[in-house]
Amino acid sequence: MVKEYLTVKEIVGPLILLQGVEGAKYNELVEVEFPDGSIGLGNVLEVEEDVVLLQSFETTSGLNIAETRVRFTGRSLELPVCKDILGRVFDGLGRPMDKGPRVIPEKKLDINGSPINPFARDYPTDFIQTGISAIDGLNPLVRGQKLPIFSGAGLPHNRIAAQIARQSGVLGETEDFAVVFATMGITFEEADFFIREFRTQAALERAVLFINLADDPAIERIATPRMALTAAEYLAYEQNMQVLVLLTDMTYYCEALREISAARKEVPGRRGYPGYLYTDLASIYERAGRIKGAKGSITQIPVLSMPDDDKTHPIPDLTGYITEGQIILSRELQRRGVYPPLDVLPSLSRLKEKGIGEGKTREDHSGLSNQLFSAYARGKEARELAVILGEAALSEEDKLYVKFSDAFEERFIRQGEYENRSIEETLSIGWELLKILPRSELKRVKEEQIKKYMEAGVSR
Amino acid sequence: MKEGYVVKVAGPLVVASGLPDPKMYDLVKVGEDRLMGEIIELRGDRASIQVYEETSGIGPGDVVISTGEPLSVELGPGLLTSIYDGVQRPLDTIMDKYGNYITRGVEEPGLSRTRKWNFRALVKVGDAVEPGDVLGTVPETKVITHRIMVPAGVEGKITHIREGEFTVEDTIAVVDSGGGDVQVSMMQKWPVRKARLYVEKRPPVEPLVTGQRIVDTFFPIAKGGTACVPGPFGSGKTVLQHAIAKWANSQIVIFVGCGERGNEMTDVLQEFPELTDPYSGEPLMLRTVLIANTSNMPVAAREASVYTGITLAEYYRDMGYDVTLQADSTSRWAEALREISGRLEEMPGEEGYPAYLGTRLAAFYERSGRVVCLGKDRREGSICSIGSVSPPGGDLSEPVTQATLRVVKVFWALEDRLAFARHFPAISWMNSYSLYLDQTEEYWGDEVDATYAALREEAMSILQREAELQEIVRLIGVEALSDQERLLMETAKSLREDFLQQNAFDDADAFTSLRKQFLLLRLIMRFHAVANQELEKGRGVEELLDLPIQEEIARAKFMPEDQLGGFDELEEELVRQLTARVEVPQARIHEPSTAVETAAEGA
Ligand SMILES: Nc1ncnc2c1ncn2[C@@H]1O[C@H](COP(=O)(O)OP(=O)(O)OP(=O)(O)O)[C@@H](O)[C@H]1O
Repeated sequence: MVKEYLTVKEIVGPLILLQGVEGAKYNELVEVEFPDGSIGLGNVLEVEEDVVLLQSFETTSGLNIAETRVRFTGRSLELPVCKDILGRVFDGLGRPMDKGPRVIPEKKLDINGSPINPFARDYPTDFIQTGISAIDGLNPLVRGQKLPIFSGAGLPHNRIAAQIARQSGVLGETEDFAVVFATMGITFEEADFFIREFRTQAALERAVLFINLADDPAIERIATPRMALTAAEYLAYEQNMQVLVLLTDMTYYCEALREISAARKEVPGRRGYPGYLYTDLASIYERAGRIKGAKGSITQIPVLSMPDDDKTHPIPDLTGYITEGQIILSRELQRRGVYPPLDVLPSLSRLKEKGIGEGKTREDHSGLSNQLFSAYARGKEARELAVILGEAALSEEDKLYVKFSDAFEERFIRQGEYENRSIEETLSIGWELLKILPRSELKRVKEEQIKKYMEAGVSR
Repeated sequence: MKEGYVVKVAGPLVVASGLPDPKMYDLVKVGEDRLMGEIIELRGDRASIQVYEETSGIGPGDVVISTGEPLSVELGPGLLTSIYDGVQRPLDTIMDKYGNYITRGVEEPGLSRTRKWNFRALVKVGDAVEPGDVLGTVPETKVITHRIMVPAGVEGKITHIREGEFTVEDTIAVVDSGGGDVQVSMMQKWPVRKARLYVEKRPPVEPLVTGQRIVDTFFPIAKGGTACVPGPFGSGKTVLQHAIAKWANSQIVIFVGCGERGNEMTDVLQEFPELTDPYSGEPLMLRTVLIANTSNMPVAAREASVYTGITLAEYYRDMGYDVTLQADSTSRWAEALREISGRLEEMPGEEGYPAYLGTRLAAFYERSGRVVCLGKDRREGSICSIGSVSPPGGDLSEPVTQATLRVVKVFWALEDRLAFARHFPAISWMNSYSLYLDQTEEYWGDEVDATYAALREEAMSILQREAELQEIVRLIGVEALSDQERLLMETAKSLREDFLQQNAFDDADAFTSLRKQFLLLRLIMRFHAVANQELEKGRGVEELLDLPIQEEIARAKFMPEDQLGGFDELEEELVRQLTARVEVPQARIHEPSTAVETAAEGA
């Protein structure tokens, strides 16, 4: 029983105020019929007695007060799912846009999902080899993790995201892998890059795409990541697949949220973003993970561009507080032509401790990565010093550290876009580089391991 | 049942009308699903309710039922080893009954109604009892004896007392209170927003030993004290909180995961049953209660979770235990407060936080402390509260950090600069402070060594001096430094790397006893002292700084706790190597053992 109203009272930006409504529910899905007969979707943000505040996912241009009809559907926004969604392209609200056959749903799922009971979670411990040394060696990704890429305008985050998707086995031969890819506000060209990428890897049939482009309605973006995650949950927990979710670009998502908040005249938090931005982002990011007894898993790589490369901007800041680490791109390395330009020092993978080591990667992984980190940190510091005071002002030791960090960037970080390094290769490059330093400086690696992995080659 | 109806829904805030006699902080049930909520504002006939569950699907006209009682927790045996959500619903039972996701409208009691506990009486018929007196005990877990106390408001003579296996609802004693018999069971209820009663507060006197070197030696926290851990994301707040929960020598740990990651709670849940407590040798979980309200769980319940946590802490304190309460992160709690306040359309203070943020924070931390408990035996108990703070952009001038710093006594400042260099724990030794140094010094003197305090001070001054010297090096270069200064830089480096740095994930390094902390610090300072003497004798700093002993000092932190005699040997060896006037052959770099021998022969 659908109720229809012609009682629009105000339209302000993406918001519609309606009166005389009976029985409206919070978060209910509505259909908005434009004067020209086209139909958009929206949902209930607030209801007080018979007055309802809606947000329209469509642009409100073309709406008027007199003729706009609003229908209350009695349900929330849902995504129809079935196994056939694999290989399909949808718009940001989950409507097919690839001219393929109709999706015959097995069921319809509320896109907001429900929070996972923390007791039901299983800790992510399976190392994912991305083939990128700076990630695998120092900030490894594990299955069920949420690890964002913090990028900036003009940096190759899309190429890196695609390389990860390509190499991490996710696009491999096995049936069990799937990629769910959602775009929010990116350009056609960028989206096209991914679609081509999936196509040439013959992986499109294991991918589900949700596309909201820069010229699509901004408010639609609020639903897009939730659409993608609903599809991912279905594939992971009902079809037992290992799902990688790429969300790009979360910055535009947050801007849409800010637009709504501003239109509602809410008290803003920092830089005009709503005070509940943290909670809202958590409701997206926390949908990554593993569940006890479930075969499938959801690994999330959200991409976000930092306005002005500022890591303290609310979007990267709040993201970093929720996600299990972050991969940060460096403009300086990019300028020097290093691909992938990963800024390893401020990057972090919080789940690495339990995903690496004996039986997972190799016993020396943890110690080696700590050693590489601190040596690189010291080398970079010394390098800065040398810029100010000249090379001569450095101690002999510091000079070695500078040499180390140069070599580290050239041989460890730098690699080809299509170069897929095994974890063994990555680790042995690391040990090779440590030979530049005096042995007494290697305090973070175990004695036995130095002998076994670094000096084995030397003595022979 | 008192019924009203919904007039407005805005996210977690629901406004109801028609409730007969609503009271502030009464617990209500909203809608057909009976979602749990709490009245937080009254205006005329209208009651604003913060709802602890997702409100999708709620609309005007839906029924609202008031229970007439405030939000309370159940207190009794069975709390330990539990994992609860922010309003004390047991997450394990919920999963068994309702599946992997949090379902709405679930009603599950905090304590099991069917489990039986073995109660042994400590009073007999005819005894006069007052609130807080211990009626008897229950072995709640292998390590904790649960004391069943006379609840507040009950006083008189025991007329019945039983012993044996009972559920928490069974009557175990009857007290003739003059005005009639009161049946007492092993379970009490207590409203979470109200502090539990005690006789008097006392200042903290004893350190809480955490096994974390920088904490115990440089910025100690006391039993009954308060501390905060502010730091930007990824600087190590959670790891530090977990380390303290694991290794601190309090008897009970209440850990509140407040608006943080789901996986962090999973980590604790999987790790604690397996880790053994260094003091009891039993699994850590046996003395722990977890409260998990992760970031994606309803925001109002997050607001309640810290109160649920502190009430449980007070209950164990009342039994005479030393409790630590850890809240990770209080910023998320403050944000929940801000969100609700925004929906109430209150006048916002700084950065949108309500004006009462500071008062609420202070009131929360004030519930910790060392107290004389109710009960005739005048036992003492304590709560030490440690809250993480997550300042936006790492900017400590923001309201939550500032309001917290006004009330807490210990400040562990985490710095991302240290975290980037993988110096963990990333606690800044320059900016942190502890106001419990005086109390703890006495304890160290008595329990560890009379020279501990002096040693600590000297080490700290070296670290401070290093910062100044670094400035000089940055401006002019190392050549500008004298030999003494270069030695000092070297010692400071050793202090940082070999003492302050502590790997929470390394079995041998994760916990260091006070005794070992002292020995390790003395070893490093001994190196400094002896090397300084040698400099005075006219030797060059180069000969002193390239000795194999330095590598051994670096590895000393891994010395097993049961072989601390090794430190004496190292000190002797150190003197031998520093005072040996021999050119140590080049081979030493790869063969430390030969080097030691050569040096020894030379001496
Ligand atoms: N003592 C330590 N030893 C080794 N590694 C550590 C230590 N402390 C922190 N780390 C490293 O730092 C990472 C981040 O720590 P943690 O999760 O505690 O940060 P946080 O400050 O709680 O961040 P957030 O506020 O976002 O939750 C850990 O995953 C770990 O890799």
